[in-house]
Amino acid sequence: MVEKTGKPRSFQEVILRLQAYWAAKGCAMMQPYDMEVGAGTFHPATTLRSLGSKPWAAAYVQPSRRPTDGRYGENPNRLQHYYQYQVLIKPSPPDLQALYLGSLEAIGIDMALHDIRFVEDDWESPTLGAWGLGWEVWCDGMEVSQFTYFQQVGGHDCHPVSGELTYGLERLAMYVLGVDHVMEMPFNDPGAPIPLSYGDVFRQTEQEYSRWNFDVADTEVLLRHFQEAEAECEAILAQPADDPKTGQRIVMAHPAYDQCIKASHIFNLLDARGVISVTERQAYIGRVRALAKQCADAFVTTEAGGHAA
Amino acid sequence: MPDLLIELFSEEIPARMQARAADALRSRMTDGLVEAGLTYAGAQAFSTPRRLTLALEGVLGESPTTREERKGPRVDAPEKAIEGFLRGAGVTRDDLEIRDDKKGQVYVATITKTGRPADVIVAEVLEAVIRDFPWPKSMRWGAGSLRWVRPLHSILCILTDESGEARVVDLEVDGLRAGDSTEGHRFMGEGRFSVTSFEDYEAKLRRAHVILDAQARADHIWQDATNQAFAAGMEVVEDKGLLAEVAGLVEWPVVLMGQIDETFLSLPAEVLQTSMKEHQKFFSVRNPKSGRIERFVTVANIETEDDGATILAGNQKVLSARLSDAKFFWENDLRIARAGMDDWIEHLGQVTFERQLGTQAARIARIGALAGEVAPELGADPGLVVQAARVAKADLSSEMVYEFPELQGLMGRYYAEAAGLPPEVAAACEEHYAPLGPSDDVPGAPVSAAVALADKLDMLTGFWAIDEKPTGSKDPFALRRAALGIIRIVLDGGYRIQLDRYIDAQLLRHKISLHRARASEGEIDTLEEVLKEIAERGVFGAAFHAVMDKVQGKDGAPETGEGSLLRSVGGQVPDLSTDLLAFFHDRLKVHLRDQGLRHDVIDACLAMPGNDDLTLLVRRATALSDFLKTDDGENLLQGFKRANNILTQAEEKDGVEYSFGADVKFAETTEEKALFAALDTAEPQIAEALKAEDFAAAMGAMAGLRPAVDAFFDAVQVNVDNQTVRRNRLNLLSRIRDICLQAADLTRLEG
Repeated sequence: MVEKTGKPRSFQEVILRLQAYWAAKGCAMMQPYDMEVGAGTFHPATTLRSLGSKPWAAAYVQPSRRPTDGRYGENPNRLQHYYQYQVLIKPSPPDLQALYLGSLEAIGIDMALHDIRFVEDDWESPTLGAWGLGWEVWCDGMEVSQFTYFQQVGGHDCHPVSGELTYGLERLAMYVLGVDHVMEMPFNDPGAPIPLSYGDVFRQTEQEYSRWNFDVADTEVLLRHFQEAEAECEAILAQPADDPKTGQRIVMAHPAYDQCIKASHIFNLLDARGVISVTERQAYIGRVRALAKQCADAFVTTEAGGHAA
Repeated sequence: MPDLLIELFSEEIPARMQARAADALRSRMTDGLVEAGLTYAGAQAFSTPRRLTLALEGVLGESPTTREERKGPRVDAPEKAIEGFLRGAGVTRDDLEIRDDKKGQVYVATITKTGRPADVIVAEVLEAVIRDFPWPKSMRWGAGSLRWVRPLHSILCILTDESGEARVVDLEVDGLRAGDSTEGHRFMGEGRFSVTSFEDYEAKLRRAHVILDAQARADHIWQDATNQAFAAGMEVVEDKGLLAEVAGLVEWPVVLMGQIDETFLSLPAEVLQTSMKEHQKFFSVRNPKSGRIERFVTVANIETEDDGATILAGNQKVLSARLSDAKFFWENDLRIARAGMDDWIEHLGQVTFERQLGTQAARIARIGALAGEVAPELGADPGLVVQAARVAKADLSSEMVYEFPELQGLMGRYYAEAAGLPPEVAAACEEHYAPLGPSDDVPGAPVSAAVALADKLDMLTGFWAIDEKPTGSKDPFALRRAALGIIRIVLDGGYRIQLDRYIDAQLLRHKISLHRARASEGEIDTLEEVLKEIAERGVFGAAFHAVMDKVQGKDGAPETGEGSLLRSVGGQVPDLSTDLLAFFHDRLKVHLRDQGLRHDVIDACLAMPGNDDLTLLVRRATALSDFLKTDDGENLLQGFKRANNILTQAEEKDGVEYSFGADVKFAETTEEKALFAALDTAEPQIAEALKAEDFAAAMGAMAGLRPAVDAFFDAVQVNVDNQTVRRNRLNLLSRIRDICLQAADLTRLEG
């Protein structure tokens, strides 16, 4: 069991306590996916692993990018690069709510002093062709997590259903640590020989990316990359399942899905550059969704996707 | 007789679904039980965020045994028919009786349904109800296949007999076995507990910090909130919808009042209210002395050692972050507003209103043109109206309205005030959207009314021009509401408007926008000239032909022949216009019917000229309706009908219309002469009253004819052999008909 005594002293301690908690609950501690994504849900450990019949339990930190949310590091709550903590358990255990509340206690939220509420919030990702029902979890009126029971991903009904927890780490940590501006939040322990704030680590990158996202990113190049990623995704999936070299059946669901992630992120960048009109927007989202769906179709034919060999 | 208690315990049910779900549980369970023969004395349903509960009093211990006789085929019927009958009745051949019938000897089956114990029936019905529950959205969870709004955790289902003995109903749904236990509050409860009856259940829940009854929770919240506010010299802003929602978010309401930071008090009250309600489900608390919103009430779901201090501090912090955003929007917006809102108006040129109908900016230009034209008829200053139309939708580009769309219009008023625009213009920014619903007020100020009218008429003519009329239940652009809005504005203001002319003009404006891009040289100019002519002549047809005559044959003039753009527009506008006016009339009929006017009375008035002047139309219909309620009116109507019948038959037979004017010198009887005299008196009176549009007076004068008309029909035969006398009498009847038809088309009246 994790020690619950006392409040964490830094951003990283909040993360470490969550890691220790979910590790103790039996989740595989995954690492962040090594590509740019908009949210922890895009990690194949969630998107693909929520498909098919095989049980799964994983937790990880996922750096996430939302180019349109960039504020040059000046807004106390908004960042174009931030961290999500993600837990996915399939099938969703009957005590998932209690497990979740335990994780809040683990990071120093005393259930006897705070007001925790589960407020209706249905989740839908048009780019992933996914939806689920659940709540946003409120702590004293502040949204601290998303809690979702996946019903469909990539156009496939989820059987069994996965339970997904997503914590917005900066916001949650700011609340636990009593900090008003994200840049002022201690990143490591304030008593460390070299104490670092969130701003010490990220203020400059927020500025740099805000400028690049909004004004500099070459839209011609991005548009081309979008098309290339789309084409590559489809080309990968068009390959026959049987590999002529090894003679084995190798469906390349993950490499294809990488291209889908890439297309999705490039779309977000184009959106931030303001070059996508309202009508075009729907069309782009539809194209990414089509890729996600094909990747999901491919994944369920693989062993990890529950396909009997 | 036993009582039944059911509780379906789940993870948090969305607040908006709870009340309806409790109702559905009650009605579906009781329907199912009664259907199976189990009646009951009383039913009560409850909901909390985590449970639906049903308590039934005095349920039958078992369903009664029933016997039913069913008549089958004749004994000599084919074997197949008899077998089918046996299958359907669920009996064997040995069970059949043979009886004599009109048709001969037939088989009769007696079907006996033996009574069954209540618990068996309850289990059956409850399982069916759970498996087919009408949630607006439901889900699966874990590895199961059952659907519920959120994971269902336990089923409590007990029957309690008179001695207080409780029995668990034997039921299992997807691995969930019904029991006699539940749990209380998520944080303040102390584990599961068993119950023996509804009273026991409700009392134990309360000890475990759950108030079962949503109304009781709402009452508690409201009382506590108003008490706390009162103690601070304040008042809570009433919001029934929010109260019901908040009561569905907590099992144990704890009311906490907090302060809004001084720096946010300069925000408009509506902004504070909307932000607090939408994002945080807070009630607003007003200081009656300053009239400002200064505090908030939040409802927690838990009692804490520090009396909610931590919770309140957290909520306050979240509120400050939210209001900082709102304040940021407000201040940015004010800067643009004070500079005259030009940035916003320009931005509307990039916002599509509807794919074919173009941008918001184009729409605003059309509204401005129409509003300016119609302004004088409403007694509004055209200059102010045009100014108001230009800025009325500017707030759609503001950051505040982007964040809170429900504040559109209201923010427009604030920003117009900040821009230093006249108060009439500022008011129009808010009021031109009205009336939005049947209970919504109609804009009374002439400037607001003119913009509101133009806004709605532009919508209607636009969607008519692109053939997107409402059909059946489909009315995605709320065009019926728009038409009713215009009707109410015109009638409430008593405005005398020739609606037809403005419909024509606006349809033409739409046609011009729709064709502008692809028109040939001179075509658009010509159509714009027609627009000007409509303003002069008031009628599309005359205006169109006048312009066409002028253009035709001129050097370099646009094509005017068959199939040309000008010809096709010239042909389309009148048809669309007629169709749209008929749509208005349909809406008007519905509106007047709601106010108690008979549809045939309305039809009789719609048949009169000038029926696009809705105020005149309604005045006429009201007078006619009142007239028909009097004895004189009813009798005169009968007299008219009699005269009209005789005339119509004679006219059909003789192939002529009797409208030559009767001559008193051919009158033979006193009654005939008296009718001449009465008509001579009434005619000028009626004519004068109609000229003054005083329909009540006109119909009053018509009523004065009644004794003479009655006496005439009693004493005089019309169709006599003497053709001169007969024709003269028919012509006399024709005078009655003409007089009566001046008021309304009485031939359309029933009865």
